[in-house]
Amino acid sequence: MTAISRSKKWVVQLAVLALIALGTTFALEIADPQTADAQSSVRPPAGAVNQGADSGPQGGEVPGASSGNLSDSEMWRAVRKGIRGTVSIPDKNAGLMVQSEGDAWRATKNGPIATWGVLGLAGMVVLLAIFYLIRGKIRVDHGMSGRTITRFADMERMGHWLLAVSFIILAITGLNITYGKYFLLPLLGKSGFATIAAGGKWLHNYVAFAFMAGLVMILVMWIKENFPNKYDLEWLAKGGGMFVKGVHPPSKKFNAGQKILFWLVIWGGLGLSLTGIALLFPFQFDFPAGMEPIQQMQFATTWHAIISLVMVVVVIAHIYIGTVGMEGAYDAMGTGEVDENWAKEHHSVWAKEASKSRGGRKSKAVPAE
Amino acid sequence: MARMKFLCDAERCIECNACVTACKNEHEIPWGINRRRVVTINDGKPGERSISVACMHCSDAPCMAVCPVDCFYQTDEGVVLHSKDLCIGCGYCFYACPFGAPQYPQVGNFGSRGKMDKCTFCAGGPEADKSDTEFKKYGRNRLAEGKLPLCAEMCSTKALLAGDGDVVSDIYRERVVSRGFGSGAWGWGRAYPGQGA
Repeated sequence: MTAISRSKKWVVQLAVLALIALGTTFALEIADPQTADAQSSVRPPAGAVNQGADSGPQGGEVPGASSGNLSDSEMWRAVRKGIRGTVSIPDKNAGLMVQSEGDAWRATKNGPIATWGVLGLAGMVVLLAIFYLIRGKIRVDHGMSGRTITRFADMERMGHWLLAVSFIILAITGLNITYGKYFLLPLLGKSGFATIAAGGKWLHNYVAFAFMAGLVMILVMWIKENFPNKYDLEWLAKGGGMFVKGVHPPSKKFNAGQKILFWLVIWGGLGLSLTGIALLFPFQFDFPAGMEPIQQMQFATTWHAIISLVMVVVVIAHIYIGTVGMEGAYDAMGTGEVDENWAKEHHSVWAKEASKSRGGRKSKAVPAE
Repeated sequence: MARMKFLCDAERCIECNACVTACKNEHEIPWGINRRRVVTINDGKPGERSISVACMHCSDAPCMAVCPVDCFYQTDEGVVLHSKDLCIGCGYCFYACPFGAPQYPQVGNFGSRGKMDKCTFCAGGPEADKSDTEFKKYGRNRLAEGKLPLCAEMCSTKALLAGDGDVVSDIYRERVVSRGFGSGAWGWGRAYPGQGA
């Protein structure tokens, strides 16, 4: 009995041990994915490595670590600063994803240019009004003689008026583009103002060529008279005699003030013509080189606005002194004939030369019939 | 009232140009004008990303600020629209826009660009909603039909999202959380400052 029970106990213990061993093996087999994979139909290639749960894309990486050694923030910063990508549409300029310069352009245009422009225009009008109130119309001190000297030939006056009329048209239509929406639009309403602005734009585009022609004409005709000479410093030192009655510094055909205006008009006009042509034929010129095409257009509009505002401010003063500001001055460009006394006072050296060489005196006295 | 916004997820855009094509087809846009374009950075190189770009309908829209004839207006849903009747084709909006959205039918002899055209967020223009003249000038008015912009509606990878800005940013935020990274909501800092993503 004891022998049997002993042997029986041994068998039972063995069976329990065998069961535990089998169970553990089975459990291990299920838990081990490698073994499980080996039995599935999808097998990883030989030498495949399981990188574990932590090896996925980390902050900013793309799966497969294909993003190179450039971090996302660096790439987007470059995009923000205006690097070019590729596009599949025909307009390759569209590859510029973002151009922050547009914000700068807007800020300059609506900020300093618009503000200083209106301050300059208003400032000049106020200054001239004050000058007129204090000094009044500058008279010919010796009175009109009634005899005249030819100051500007027909061709000279034609050049001047071509330039002047085109400039005034360009100035008005140009100022309308910058300031019209603040002054004219509320008066006319959106639709009426848009019609005027559209017409103004077309006028501006075409009259520009008349301006350029006039600019070339006055350059060719007057450049030799506009180089500095010995009288200029004295003229400038005496303020052209404009501020004191009876003071008349000598000058040849053009005094220092007129020379300053001439060169301002020539260089300013050249700047306006070049930037204007760039705007008339958008994206056709690679200037300034190295800029994005759209930046070149922004460059052209910005300088076009600055130069034109400066010129309009200066030309207001020129118009003043040539018309209401000075007795006898308008005749120079009106009929081309100036009074002898006016010529002696304002352009003494020229007057002497002119009367000597031409002897061309014409009496305005009406002959007795 | 919802504030309409666009968002293009650079992690999802595959440069299929379906948005570009859908837009052209839906609005019958003339040849040469692209209201939407896909720009690819680092094309063919490691780290290549594509972004679909159109008018972002900015809160402080530069086009509106520089227009000399004041032809732009912003709807109560934040969509920036314009009137082609008022537009004089000066090109200022194109110079000012950071995203290159304004387009012109001609490149322009003597600056004769024609009337500016741009993405309308599928919201037409100042004419009567769903009218024939509105369609001819500005394209389909899907918002008036109760639909969202077609470019985003048919984006195959749902990279391009369009609609209520709160919903759009919720979707994007969810994506960023679930994938653990994001490349930022491109253009939002500029277009919608201080409104968050």
